[in-house]
Amino acid sequence: MADPDLRENDEPLLVATSLSKSFGRIAACRDVSFALYPGEVLAIVGESGSGKSTLLQLLSGQLAPSAGHVAYRMRDGVTRDLTTLGEAERRFLFRTDWGFVHQDPAQGLRMAVSAGANVGERLMAVGWNHYGRIRDTASDWLTRVEIDIARIDDAPRTYSGGMRQRLQIARNLVTEPRLVFMDEPTGGLDVSVQARLLDLLRGLVAELHLAVIIVTHDLAVARLLSHRVMVMKGGRVIETGLTDQVLDDPREPYTQLLVSSILPP
Amino acid sequence: MNAPAYNFAYLDEQTKRMIRRAILKAIAIPGYQVPFASREMPMPYGWGTGGVQVTAAILGPQDVLKVIDQGSDDTTNAISIRKFFAKTAGVATTTATEEATVIQTRHRIPEAALSESQVLVYQVPIPEPLRFLEPRETETRRMHALAEYGLMHVKLYEDIARFGHIATAYAYPVKVNARYVMDPSPTPKFDNPKMDNCPALQLFGAGREKRIYAIPPYTQVVSLDFEDHPFEPYRFNAPCALCGAEDSYLDEIVTDDKGSRMFVCSDTDYCEGRQAAGHHGSLSGAPYKEKAQGGTNG
Repeated sequence: MADPDLRENDEPLLVATSLSKSFGRIAACRDVSFALYPGEVLAIVGESGSGKSTLLQLLSGQLAPSAGHVAYRMRDGVTRDLTTLGEAERRFLFRTDWGFVHQDPAQGLRMAVSAGANVGERLMAVGWNHYGRIRDTASDWLTRVEIDIARIDDAPRTYSGGMRQRLQIARNLVTEPRLVFMDEPTGGLDVSVQARLLDLLRGLVAELHLAVIIVTHDLAVARLLSHRVMVMKGGRVIETGLTDQVLDDPREPYTQLLVSSILPP
Repeated sequence: MNAPAYNFAYLDEQTKRMIRRAILKAIAIPGYQVPFASREMPMPYGWGTGGVQVTAAILGPQDVLKVIDQGSDDTTNAISIRKFFAKTAGVATTTATEEATVIQTRHRIPEAALSESQVLVYQVPIPEPLRFLEPRETETRRMHALAEYGLMHVKLYEDIARFGHIATAYAYPVKVNARYVMDPSPTPKFDNPKMDNCPALQLFGAGREKRIYAIPPYTQVVSLDFEDHPFEPYRFNAPCALCGAEDSYLDEIVTDDKGSRMFVCSDTDYCEGRQAAGHHGSLSGAPYKEKAQGGTNG
């Protein structure tokens, strides 16, 4: 790896500073700060209602924080505050440098158009205007997420749950984003399909040097994918650290409870 | 018509002013869909309520009106609207494209070249080109505002993936003045090139959807396509059976239940003009009229 790359990896990609969000009297997210580096996978774990999803929306600029701010280092190297981005810039970021994998693939896919067009949409949105090249790139990505090329012209509503989720991943990664948000990407899948999906994700994340913020209540997912873990409870981050450290040697009573609630294999 | 029960051209003056303001705004922002307070008209939605309101708002006593439906001057829709304005505005009407100053059209652009002194008014059923891909109106408006038109190419991509070529044959999306993507109403894509750099003002009225948009004279109108699948206007590969025209848009007419068919110009005025000028097609000479007179069982 060349020197500029190394230097680039030394600077954080995304920095959250005392992020808070309240809905009326309910504080969904309180004083969250962290920095994410390129190629780093951060898992946000916690039970339902702990503020994980709100935090993800704050980080991805879909919700405006009540206090605090999020800074993101753009592709040109300039760090910008997300709240100062115009809507056009934010949407452009979402189509190019970011990905968002929803728990329900129907939210992230266009269910009525073919898989190829689903993958190609981002390319066309950034001005690709050559059918052959778009299709080649789409086929390439379908292969990478282990979807049979013969199904490229089928709509995702004819796909199984696992295939839909893999298609959603391909659709997000086609513009080679640097940061991908994932909201319970394995939710609703059976265990064998989950295992394959996680395996695939782990490979892609390493290969593409992706930074990932993954929200999950499944500690096994966090253990498999992430480098660091943040544990949330009642809108606060109560514990953060390296994944194995947090999961094998939890400090907070709540984290201990969380870890001990996993059924032994 | 001694004591007209209606204001000139049916609509009251306040309504016309409101529509004219929308039209002016539409001309100022080519291709942008301007919302307007569409009125109930004495005809059902889908019969051209939008086009009729636009025509009523721009019509003056000196105007000469032509109305076509699928290129034809003599279908129910065209005749009804022509009579409507003859009655409520007392304007002269014509079927000759060259003589008209205002042409209201449903689904066609006349074959004869338009001039600067003419206004073409389109009846539009669904003005939003992104509608069938993105059902949310809030979202499509935002996409127009931010010029996010990747989705439009998704539709063309789907066509090629399914049929091997861009199979959209009508309502083919265009980009106006290098900014707004616009639905040219359900005109065949054969007519798309005529919109580009057209000397006449083109106004589009959608009554049910309450939108007006416009292409000012001499504005660039580009049909969307892919580099490796360029836009191609479609035309049946046949001459007109009545006038022999090789360059006009053709209607396919089934003539019996054994698969016989004939192709004739969709623009009746153009076809009749050519026949009057001595052009002939393979079936011209009105064989059907003669048969009807001399046939045994009519």
